Amino acid sequence: MTGIGKSFLGVRVLDGVDLEAAAGEVHAVVGENGAGKSTLMKILAGVHAPDEGTIEIDGRSVAFGHPIEAQRAGVAIIYQELTLLPERTVAENVFLGREPVRRGLVDRAAMESATGELLSSLGEESFGPRDLVRRLSVAQQQVVEIAKALSLNARIVVMDEPTAALADHEVGLLYTLVRRLTERGIAVLYVSHRLREIFDLAHRITVLKDGARVATAEASSLDVATLIRLMVGRELDSYYPPRAADPPGEVMVSVRGGGNARLRGIDLDLRAGEIVGVAGLQGSGRTELAKALFGAEPFTTGEMTPCRPRSVREGIAAGIGLVTEDRKAEGILPHQRVRDNALLVARAIRRSAGTPAIERLLRRVRLNPPRPAQEIRLLSGGNQQKVVLAKWMTVAPRVLLLDEPTRGVDVGAKAAIHELMRELARDGMAVLMISSELPELIGMSDRIVVMRDGGIAGELPSGSTEESVMRLAAAS
Amino acid sequence: MRRALPIFVVLAGLLIAIAVVNPYFLEPPAFLAFVKRAAPLVILAAGQYFVIVSGEFDLSVGSLVTAEVVIAARLIDGSAEATWPVLALLLVLGLLVGLVNGIVTTIFRVPSFITTLGMLLILSGAVFLWTGGAPRGALSPEFRELGRGSLGPVPWSVLILVAVVAAAVYAMRAGFGHTLIAAGDNDRAAALSGVRLARVRTAAFMISGLSAAVAAILLGGFAGVSAQAGNGLEFQAITAVVLGGVVLGGGRGSVVAAMAGAFTLEALFTLLNLYGISGALEPAVQGVIIIAAVALGAVRFPRRRTAAAS
Repeated sequence: MTGIGKSFLGVRVLDGVDLEAAAGEVHAVVGENGAGKSTLMKILAGVHAPDEGTIEIDGRSVAFGHPIEAQRAGVAIIYQELTLLPERTVAENVFLGREPVRRGLVDRAAMESATGELLSSLGEESFGPRDLVRRLSVAQQQVVEIAKALSLNARIVVMDEPTAALADHEVGLLYTLVRRLTERGIAVLYVSHRLREIFDLAHRITVLKDGARVATAEASSLDVATLIRLMVGRELDSYYPPRAADPPGEVMVSVRGGGNARLRGIDLDLRAGEIVGVAGLQGSGRTELAKALFGAEPFTTGEMTPCRPRSVREGIAAGIGLVTEDRKAEGILPHQRVRDNALLVARAIRRSAGTPAIERLLRRVRLNPPRPAQEIRLLSGGNQQKVVLAKWMTVAPRVLLLDEPTRGVDVGAKAAIHELMRELARDGMAVLMISSELPELIGMSDRIVVMRDGGIAGELPSGSTEESVMRLAAAS
Repeated sequence: MRRALPIFVVLAGLLIAIAVVNPYFLEPPAFLAFVKRAAPLVILAAGQYFVIVSGEFDLSVGSLVTAEVVIAARLIDGSAEATWPVLALLLVLGLLVGLVNGIVTTIFRVPSFITTLGMLLILSGAVFLWTGGAPRGALSPEFRELGRGSLGPVPWSVLILVAVVAAAVYAMRAGFGHTLIAAGDNDRAAALSGVRLARVRTAAFMISGLSAAVAAILLGGFAGVSAQAGNGLEFQAITAVVLGGVVLGGGRGSVVAAMAGAFTLEALFTLLNLYGISGALEPAVQGVIIIAAVALGAVRFPRRRTAAAS
């Protein structure tokens, strides 16, 4: 891709971007949210047409008017949100829309054996072509997407945040998969926020900032600090803000023997001024713990002080707030303005918060730029998350539960959210943070609670190693 | 307001077009007569807006209007003393039908399309059973005064309409309106922020029922008693709301624009009438409008998104 430029109604989102990927190479594309990564990838996949610039594949110039044309030219894109049909089998998904036909009927046998071969060439034995997609894990579904790409003879595979929805132990499987693709001479374009993955996988890294290419370099010639400086244009001297000097204060919430359909025997105290990290594999009950404390999926057994909330409103009344994991589905009102999103909780419980207060809050959560009249869906993921935080700060909760607060958030916003969490704790809030990202957990938490099979497997002090957390989370 | 602008342009265009054919149209008496004729539909559209913006539908308002008119005639039976108690009863009945719609939709989780379609059939069946096909009794002159009389030069229905507009605008600016829109935009996010979905949506159905009662009182006065008094009004109201740029599915659009949509529809009917086009064409025109308005909304949407990003 050479000199790619793209504007949406006069706003320049890409400006003369060059990108090349060689056969067998993993080429990472990184940048803050809004840097233009997705737009660039969508141009390659034929979703958008570029305003200027050219695309060449194997030396031939191409122009895609439709994603189908890009697919035929050998470009496959695997989106963050998978696009498989859950009620169909693996083979039906792989051959969707181009089923092999024999005597006017779909040749299931041919379809299934071809799918079987593709799966075994990817080293996949945990499921077969006749399994229903809905029964597969997210990681297994990614394998199906890749098998589909291979069956289309893809030469270039674009992966957009492939690990965002994976549990930690599944990430290793994805690494293997990516390596198998490169062994076949396929070029992989890898879009991710997670810097460690990028250094584990990528041969080369291209950094985008504000729609322009900042650098392309061999991964071995870069280190984390340099890469972050290239992405945000400044040095983030310390990854995480310093911990509080004072010991934690009074107990704000206490649970003894809490349980429900998904949780058992939860004993937990959250104190003013501390940040408690919650680790655990996907399905270990982390999100359920937060929802139970909040009252959205209440505890049915056990004691909780000051009260055991039976509904969201009781949770809010008890001074508890929850920032959910799935921002789009559970966090924001996409078509409402920033101001109305920030006021939602206050309005729902009929507590008034004036306009000046909201503007002060939006500045405090470091919304940038602070435009309260803008519709929230037009904001970057990081800014949306800041508004969700502001929404809870309007009612000044005693306890704030954060479920994956920095997922899908760019580096700058992530640092801002981390600083804000520290600030809130320092002001006397009890903060609980669930995260799949171990460095974040270790960097932010004053102690780490590890979940396993719906219970608390153990607790680790701050400064524990990633290995000790993983050992506790994965032990059977 | 940005979103609401197109409907005001269309409305102004239609009013000018009518004035070209009939120069007296924009004089106060003729214009007030037009507003008076439009008032029931505008009130119904306002009620329907509350339901639609919360992410639901109310198909029962047309047959509710019919039921209210028929019940009023039978209970009043021409007596002046019965007028005021029956008026109060009609308002309570409207609220009650809305309450049932709301509870069935939110507590029993029947999709509102089905709930209110069922209510439409139940009410029209009940009216037929009760009247045996021809309404009995008569409205009192006091009752009819509200729909056809005036206070000085200004018709009562115009005054009532002004009060309804003010109340609707106030409700949408208050916390209630914002939580209602939140429920329509993303109900899970709203519920997890403490919004009582069942309560706000049921309130929206009750507002719609109340608006049907008010519309029935004006229509009964204006047009008299008939077993077809409210025929097709539910679709006119939905067409008007959609025409005002309110998105089906909830969360977007303003109540003022929805009411402007009702005026626009009424102006369009007036214009067709002036050109001597048969009233039988009205449903067809409405059908075209509702499809075109939704299609235009869908087409315009992606463009808006990038425009607003600037």
